[in-house]
Amino acid sequence: MAKSALLKSSLAKKYWMAFTGLFLCLFLVGHLFGNLQLLLPVSEMAKDQFNEYALFMTTNPAVKVLSYVTYISIIFHAIDGLLLTIHNRKARPQGYVNFKPSTNSKWSSRNMGILGTVILAFIVIHMSMFWAEMKFGGLDDTLYTTANGEEVKDLYTLTIKTFQDAQYGLLWAIAYGVAMLAIGFHLSHGFASGFQSLGVNHPKYNGFIRKTGYAFAVLVPLAFAVIPFYIHFVLEKI
Amino acid sequence: MGIFESNAPKGPLAEKWVNHKNDINLVNPANKRNIDVIVVGTGLAGGSAAATLAELGYNVKTFCYQDSPRRAHSIAAQGGINAAKNYQGDGDSVYRLFYDTIKGGDYRSRESNVYRLAEVSGNIIDQCVAQGVPFAREYGGLLDNRSFGGVLVSRTFYAKGQTGQQLLLGAYSAMNRQINRGKIQTFNRHEMLDVVKVNGKARGIIARDLVTGKLERHSAHAVVIASGGYGNVFFLSTNAMGSNVTASWKIHKKGAYFANPCFTQIHPTCIPVSGDHQSKLTLMSESLRNDGRIWVPKKKEDAEAIRAGKKKPTELSEEERDYYLERRYPAFGNLVPRDVASRAAKERCDAGFGVNKTGEAVYLDFSSAIMRYGKEAATTRKLDNPSDADIKKLGKEVVEAKYGNLFQMYEKIVDQNPYETPMMIYPAVHYTMGGVWVDYNLQTTIPGCFAIGEANFSDHGANRLGASALMQGLADGYFVLPYTIGHALSEDIRTGKIPTDTPEFEAAENEVRAQLEKLINTKGTKSVDHFHKILGKIMWNKVGMARNATGLKEAISEIQALREEFWKDVRVPGTANEMNAELEKAGRVADFLELGELFAKDALHREESCGGHFREEHQTEEGEALRDDENFMYVAAWEYTGKPADAILHKEELDYEDIEVKTRSYK
Amino acid sequence: MNLTLKIWRQKNAEAKGKMTTYQVSDISTDMSFLEMMDVLNEQLIAKGEEPVAFDHDCREGICGSCNLQINGEPHGPDRGVTTCQLHMRKFKDGDTIVIEPFRAKAFPVIKDLVVDRTSFDRIQQAGGYISVNTSGNTQDANSIPVDKESADMSFYAATCIGCGACVAACKNASAMLFTSAKVSQFSLLPQGEVEADRRVLAMVEQMDKEGFGNCTNTGACEIECPKGISLENIARMNRDYLKASVK
Repeated sequence: MAKSALLKSSLAKKYWMAFTGLFLCLFLVGHLFGNLQLLLPVSEMAKDQFNEYALFMTTNPAVKVLSYVTYISIIFHAIDGLLLTIHNRKARPQGYVNFKPSTNSKWSSRNMGILGTVILAFIVIHMSMFWAEMKFGGLDDTLYTTANGEEVKDLYTLTIKTFQDAQYGLLWAIAYGVAMLAIGFHLSHGFASGFQSLGVNHPKYNGFIRKTGYAFAVLVPLAFAVIPFYIHFVLEKI
Repeated sequence: MGIFESNAPKGPLAEKWVNHKNDINLVNPANKRNIDVIVVGTGLAGGSAAATLAELGYNVKTFCYQDSPRRAHSIAAQGGINAAKNYQGDGDSVYRLFYDTIKGGDYRSRESNVYRLAEVSGNIIDQCVAQGVPFAREYGGLLDNRSFGGVLVSRTFYAKGQTGQQLLLGAYSAMNRQINRGKIQTFNRHEMLDVVKVNGKARGIIARDLVTGKLERHSAHAVVIASGGYGNVFFLSTNAMGSNVTASWKIHKKGAYFANPCFTQIHPTCIPVSGDHQSKLTLMSESLRNDGRIWVPKKKEDAEAIRAGKKKPTELSEEERDYYLERRYPAFGNLVPRDVASRAAKERCDAGFGVNKTGEAVYLDFSSAIMRYGKEAATTRKLDNPSDADIKKLGKEVVEAKYGNLFQMYEKIVDQNPYETPMMIYPAVHYTMGGVWVDYNLQTTIPGCFAIGEANFSDHGANRLGASALMQGLADGYFVLPYTIGHALSEDIRTGKIPTDTPEFEAAENEVRAQLEKLINTKGTKSVDHFHKILGKIMWNKVGMARNATGLKEAISEIQALREEFWKDVRVPGTANEMNAELEKAGRVADFLELGELFAKDALHREESCGGHFREEHQTEEGEALRDDENFMYVAAWEYTGKPADAILHKEELDYEDIEVKTRSYK
Repeated sequence: MNLTLKIWRQKNAEAKGKMTTYQVSDISTDMSFLEMMDVLNEQLIAKGEEPVAFDHDCREGICGSCNLQINGEPHGPDRGVTTCQLHMRKFKDGDTIVIEPFRAKAFPVIKDLVVDRTSFDRIQQAGGYISVNTSGNTQDANSIPVDKESADMSFYAATCIGCGACVAACKNASAMLFTSAKVSQFSLLPQGEVEADRRVLAMVEQMDKEGFGNCTNTGACEIECPKGISLENIARMNRDYLKASVK
């Protein structure tokens, strides 16, 4: 029983959701540190630094392993979430005429599926804009050699130009902002919820976990969201 | 008659049970597999009996009208459970518990049964702890005790204010283990509507599936009735809405004697009735009387003004208040026993001093306690010249720590803040000491039919002590019946499965069906509750806290007339072949309408006052109960012969070998 | 008070139900919600109609029988009370009150507002007990000291009355709060620790079989629970189950 329990049971679904979700939180932090480099004043050095970082992230074997774990986590998190939603819908085939969940729970906690779908859509678009370009040859003709002598693709210019585009730059920035809002709400429930699912609940530490969760849900997406707007409005045009 | 013998074993009191266990017949484990037992009711007694019998190897079927065994009304018991563990080292012993119970019951219970109850009380606690019942504990990890109901030792084990629920969950978990093993089959949402006798022995029941309305035949080698008390004959009581006498009454009509029906406990501290809509009364723990002072206004005009809402109780000065318990019983004051406190409240309200809209309520006032505790707290905290407001605030904190949850419950129901204005309380029917007559083996006068828990009459005499009901239910179910039933079942090892396609089952089923159809087809004009409420009023006014011959005779004829009208004019909508709550109620009220009469008849015949039974003709000059040991030291066991009026009285004389019979006084 | 009631009526388990509107008048604010329902039923009986079926028994908030979804919330708008303890003073003259049965696949409707909650019983039968026989000579109750904190936590878990409000309130119709309370009640005590692994695995397996939804930690159950059972129990069950599964 014990073995199948960890694959099939309702609790197993929760564990996987929590494991992958919390792992993705870590990923977010890593990703954010990379992105913050985009806030540097426009210069050859900033460009080199960012592009070398991008190369490192796509070629370093350790990072590669991590990135595969991340992809798998995202896919697993999404599929598990979908299965959960289907399962949960089935648990109440006939709904209420009058149902007032707002009296007893937060909107974000009840709409993780919708928020997750928005986030997933964002991830697909986001990856096709940058990651796929980098990976599948879209940037092959931008190859150049940095001051450190590394041969890199110029993801930096693509990124900055995307958000500085006269026609669509602001729209992209807004779209990214909205996606970050969704991530923020998703995290505002998901972070603490992940701990609860893994059984970490103690009156002494619950307040800390919850507050950290809220702080994380506000600060991380906010920092992400600031970058495109900064590039659009503040950063020197290239 | 051979069946009407107490069968109490001979020998010294303390050895009776041990010797009896050694003497009675046992059933070999292999044979137990071939023996079926039906248990009706799944409260503390029924649940614990079912679990234990199944564990021993019998095939058990349980029946309850609720949707789960866990909902039986034992669950509502608040206070605690007594056991002679002497964990506090305050001199408690089996003998002392036995003695307190006999004396508390006003010397109207069977000595040998009560001694056995006290003897197994300690085992109950061991068993419950082993099952995981979360009793209150001290910081050292050992069990906590409190004192209860005017006894001199602390022997009450408790789980906050819900000991009943925790003990029932314990019994229910023991049942679950046996259900999982396939040894108990549960029939929830089923109601037993008759017992089936084959060759004079109880061999099964007719039950109605309350969801489909289908009548079912269930056979067994023995039938155990654990269906609780009959307090709902008063309509308003602290019993659950569904609590009923039907199972007990059906076996009574088939030959089981009914003992001491007039012994009913009326609990003094309940939330008063607020109007005609009231369906049920809520108990407030007796512990409130430790600190609350009970009073009514001295002047009738004040009482009238309060009833009309023109005056507030807090406006009356000390001189304008009548602390009637302190006045009448200077020694015990507000802490007189339940029966005395209840009667005194009724006396004041009947005289026109009641304080709520209906005129049936007295005050339970915590203001002096608040000030007293406040002063103590101020002294402890070394406050100089504290203001009255400060003292009050400190006092409220102390009272809140002690009774906070009760005060909160009161405020939810009554919508008044008991810290600011006195609580209103009034007595309410709470427990029935009377019930099906059983012998020492808990067997009724129908061989093979047993009665346990509140359903039987055996252990509490004329008055029950606090925290003893839970003890008796579990003693019967865990430790007494499982032994004694074996004695009877040892005759059945070769009987084989009892068939249900026999004329006896056929006849019983037809009889049940005929009654159901009659109820449906009467198609009268008045609802079942209409009759139940009238019956309740008759019982309360004439067979309640104080009774007299005239009233009792009136009650008997009024109940007879009401019963006749019921069968002519009751309206039960719907059919018998579906879930039909009105039909269920109708059947139960039909039985209450018969029991009520026997109840009054028993009260009329018992020309003495004892325990919960107070006859106005039999009181001292000061208005205290006057027992007549010479003529009434017996159990009145009634035999049914066609109607309650014709019931035949059988007397089981009570012999007290080990204790001296005394008068109770609280002056 | 005069009120408009919209009540789910359904003849039996197979029938299709619908909302029906009723008027009740002269409702006293002192009445409990179920007494108001009694008034409605007396009115229906007098008119020759079938009264509304609903579960109720002790009417003092402990048996867990009553289970009405009132204006979108289990046991109505008040907190920490069961339906029988909800009083009409929580409503205003002229209010419309919507009354539905608790909804969940695992709680099929039997009639009107009565649902079948035997799924709860089956979860407990799967392992909600300590395997000890009634022998009369188990060890003395005080031979196993239990620290007060564990005893109290076990007690708080055990205060669950099995009414099903947690399932009714949960958007996923999940029974995690109930199951975890029943698991915790035993696993917190030394007596119950011995078979804790087997118990949690069996009870969760049964819970899943019954068709309850999964927990997404919205916390609605804890808020609506008339006995205030804590989410801590769910976390404890998550922990215990994880431990038991990897062993």
